[in-house]
Amino acid sequence: MTDQSAAAAKPAKPANNRIAPPSLLRRYGSQMGIIGVGLAMWLAFVVAAPNVFTNINIYLAFAQTTPQFGIIAVALTFVVITGEIDLSFPSIMALGTAAFCLLVQAGAPWPLGLAAAFATGALCGWINGTLVSWLNIPSLVITIGTSFLFRGLELVLMNGTGVPLTAVDYPEMHAIFRSTPFGIPIQSIWMVVILIGAWFLLNRTRFGAHVFLVGDNPTSARLMGINAVSVKTRAFMLVGVMAVFSGLMTSIYGYYFWPTTGEGFLLNTIASVFLGGTSVFGGTGSVVGTFVASYIIGAINAGIVSAGINAFYTQLCFGLVIVVSVVLQTIIDRKIRRQSITGR
Amino acid sequence: MADATTPTGTPVIELRNVSKTFGEVRSLSGIDFAVYPGEIVGLLGDNGAGKSTLVKTVMGFHSPDAGGEIWFQGARIDDWSVARARDLGIETVYQERALCEKQPIWRNMFMGREPRTRWGLLDVKKMRSESARLMSEHMGFTSAAVHPDNVVSTMSGGEKQGVAITRALYFDAQLVILDEPTMGLSLTETAKTLDFVRNIKERGKSAIFIDHNIFHVYPVVDRLYVLDRGRVAGVYDKSQITMEELIDRLYRVARTGSLT
Repeated sequence: MTDQSAAAAKPAKPANNRIAPPSLLRRYGSQMGIIGVGLAMWLAFVVAAPNVFTNINIYLAFAQTTPQFGIIAVALTFVVITGEIDLSFPSIMALGTAAFCLLVQAGAPWPLGLAAAFATGALCGWINGTLVSWLNIPSLVITIGTSFLFRGLELVLMNGTGVPLTAVDYPEMHAIFRSTPFGIPIQSIWMVVILIGAWFLLNRTRFGAHVFLVGDNPTSARLMGINAVSVKTRAFMLVGVMAVFSGLMTSIYGYYFWPTTGEGFLLNTIASVFLGGTSVFGGTGSVVGTFVASYIIGAINAGIVSAGINAFYTQLCFGLVIVVSVVLQTIIDRKIRRQSITGR
Repeated sequence: MADATTPTGTPVIELRNVSKTFGEVRSLSGIDFAVYPGEIVGLLGDNGAGKSTLVKTVMGFHSPDAGGEIWFQGARIDDWSVARARDLGIETVYQERALCEKQPIWRNMFMGREPRTRWGLLDVKKMRSESARLMSEHMGFTSAAVHPDNVVSTMSGGEKQGVAITRALYFDAQLVILDEPTMGLSLTETAKTLDFVRNIKERGKSAIFIDHNIFHVYPVVDRLYVLDRGRVAGVYDKSQITMEELIDRLYRVARTGSLT
């Protein structure tokens, strides 16, 4: 808030000088909005069911499940900022985990299986990214296609059967993806580590800078020598790798790899990105917003049931929170830019 | 065709027999074009004569059709690209400005060549402070009101052009290309832009200057290329031709497609 008070203290500028330092509200308006929505919702849950929401167990539960889609959402934020979308990540989750299971079943050591799984994710992302950026195919269309392709390949490879992933057979994998060091679920530790890494990647590397520029105006970016094809391809590869990370985490959490792994993840993940204030038009977005939004969506899941509300209300509540937040974000954004509410 | 007295020395950039075809449209055919050190070359021609295509070919945004050659300081370069051209010191102020309007000024200023710290991370602090300095020193914004975090879409046309010109100036280019830099500018902004072009020459650098307005082009250039329908219709040394003769010939080219 120091920015704002400093600006207010300065004498008024001449009318022709419309350049003024942007306020904190302007720069971080949508992030502050989403954090506000999160706090409001949490307070509502606390009031509705105080004995549940003052107990640590509810937080432990959703700290384990939220990162399963939140980690992908953080990576997907990059793709959305470049102005694209990836709908194939649920299939990549399954295909990468299948690669792990098949290799380990064939006698390979688990680190090799892990490496192969991530390589599979990167390859899937590379295929998506190349089709989208090099051949200029709309990502909405082509990733529906590759989604079937990856899922189909996984079902054929697995012959439709699952693989048990017990703690006895896979002690290291359970230590990596399912332990609770110092009482904190490791899933959320991973999520925080990945958030920090993603923040640096987006805000403190050339790749991140180019993600914003390519999403804002691809022609301008190319005129200034930015390789838009490479930037978009790398963003899709990031989603691929993170999808596999999540696929392994989800499967280990359930002690079993289901060939249907990833189903039901699509809307939660995409909703987290948009709820977090990343624009569907590309060029603007924030991984911190996505992170908070993921936990809001995760909290609705865990909270509704724990608060003793009928689980049928979950989707209704989802819909309300997402629609109201996105409408509020849009209105706040236009207020800040001094546009009319309807944007016309 | 009236020949210009060719300046001596090695050209900074030279195009030999460059053609460019988009589908069935031939935008450039058999262009020979050179810019020598310390000279300002004007590029004239009607809409659709191929001026912008030529500029984007010089910049590496378009690659020439087979058979065309690009030479930089006496060496033929095959893998010409925008990144390569900018590395070698060619900067352009594009007609369409090539800004990313949702981004703050500092991101636009260093677009495509962001400075990094020794850890390999983006030097955001330097990008912000350098942008603030450039804006007050070169763009004439009063320093107290300037903020590098302002989003470009909130600025006026002249201010946006200021960002685009300052960006080309900052990197101390060997060759600066200005594609219609005075379009949509006020009188004082235009005068400032023309001063900037003269300043390039004083520092011993070269420039290509494209403008519809011959009264802006003629006073600042040393040589002139006239383009018509994708061909070089004529090359003139300024000492060979007065502005009146030039205007007369431009009319004739537009009507007949030939200078004589």
